[in-house]
Amino acid sequence: MTAPAPDATVVSTYALRLGDDALVLAQRLSAWSSRAHDLEEDIALTNIGLDLLGQARSLLTYAGEVEGAGRTEDDLAYLREEREFVNCQLVEQPNGDFAQTVARQLYFSTWQLALWEALLGSADETLAAVAGKAVKEADYHRDHAVQWTLRLGDGTPESHDRMQAGLDRLWPFVGELFEVDEVESSLVAAGVAVDSAALRPSWDGFVDGVLAEATLTRPSDPWTATGGRRGIHSESFGYLLAEMQHLHRSHPGATW
Amino acid sequence: MVRAGTTSTGARVDDVRRVLATVTDPEIPVLTIDDLGVLRDVSVDDTGRVSVTITPTYSGCPAMDTIRADIIAALHDAGYAEVDVRLVLAPAWTTDWMSADGRRKLVEYGVAPPSGRAPVRGGPVRLDLTVRCPQCGSPDTQEVSRFGSTACKSHWSCRSCLEPFDHFKAL
Repeated sequence: MTAPAPDATVVSTYALRLGDDALVLAQRLSAWSSRAHDLEEDIALTNIGLDLLGQARSLLTYAGEVEGAGRTEDDLAYLREEREFVNCQLVEQPNGDFAQTVARQLYFSTWQLALWEALLGSADETLAAVAGKAVKEADYHRDHAVQWTLRLGDGTPESHDRMQAGLDRLWPFVGELFEVDEVESSLVAAGVAVDSAALRPSWDGFVDGVLAEATLTRPSDPWTATGGRRGIHSESFGYLLAEMQHLHRSHPGATW
Repeated sequence: MVRAGTTSTGARVDDVRRVLATVTDPEIPVLTIDDLGVLRDVSVDDTGRVSVTITPTYSGCPAMDTIRADIIAALHDAGYAEVDVRLVLAPAWTTDWMSADGRRKLVEYGVAPPSGRAPVRGGPVRLDLTVRCPQCGSPDTQEVSRFGSTACKSHWSCRSCLEPFDHFKAL
């Protein structure tokens, strides 16, 4: 019994979720340009952002194609309102200090690498093709986050405390990564999407291992933020969007 | 002078490939898109319409837009009026596709080529073979940062001649 072909709008929504995650995090990381503590890190964070932006371009283009309403990657990136963005709330959290950015990278890259590895086998050709590229890059992203978590955690008392504070502050946004709603469950049945909940055990195992080696403690805040996949975003998201969309909205149709 | 018509398709494909051999990576001008393994396929239909298939190196690599424009411009100059450039993501590009010629040109240009084969996905150990300094050839080198001036390169320095250099990451 072959699974029923998934509804185009459901596939479009799923691609948009993954695309918005990459787009919003790329926007956050780009803000580190010229602000990191040294040139190597300035380039590393913006390089990671460039990889994510490339993934976002493929995913938004595909989401537009499948939706069939003629929307391009630019329309989706620059002309949607806040409630139409479906990224998880973790990626929109402010950069904070370098340690908080590293914590965000550790949480997100560990999840995204597992997601891309699982999507290599997706029944959707385009998602599997994007995964084929992105998995190699996500591997470098996670490795970068791990190296810095170890260096800061097992570093000076101040770097340790800042790293712990970053982990604690962003912990409430981890749960949402593993939520599964009907959009995802229907696509999991069709072999297109990844069952995010199934990624949690290996995520926990990996992150716990890194935190232990870094002499850091696993946060335990029970409160979990949610709603990003339904367009509900945190207070700082509006400012990010205003900055990201400003040029396109004030000069409609502007091209390089 | 339109090239379609009398010459056989095979000859025309060879001609298109000869033209494409002038299209290089804007970031690394010594490497042609064939050296890099970016050029995947070339075909010419009987009306003379050319179809070129390329694969991006890195997801966000800005050079791909430039490469696409350069391909179209080069073929137009060579008399091919209709050119279609298709971007194909799968199978994903890997540095294993880089030609031996391309690796040699990289060293001459001062960039250390990808060392060894791309790491096998999920393999037990990430194998990092020694990276030789493109200036003095010494194996006594160290990685300064995994992320270099472009997406595809990391930043290294040589402990023998003390020169900094870029290393084309195996991917």
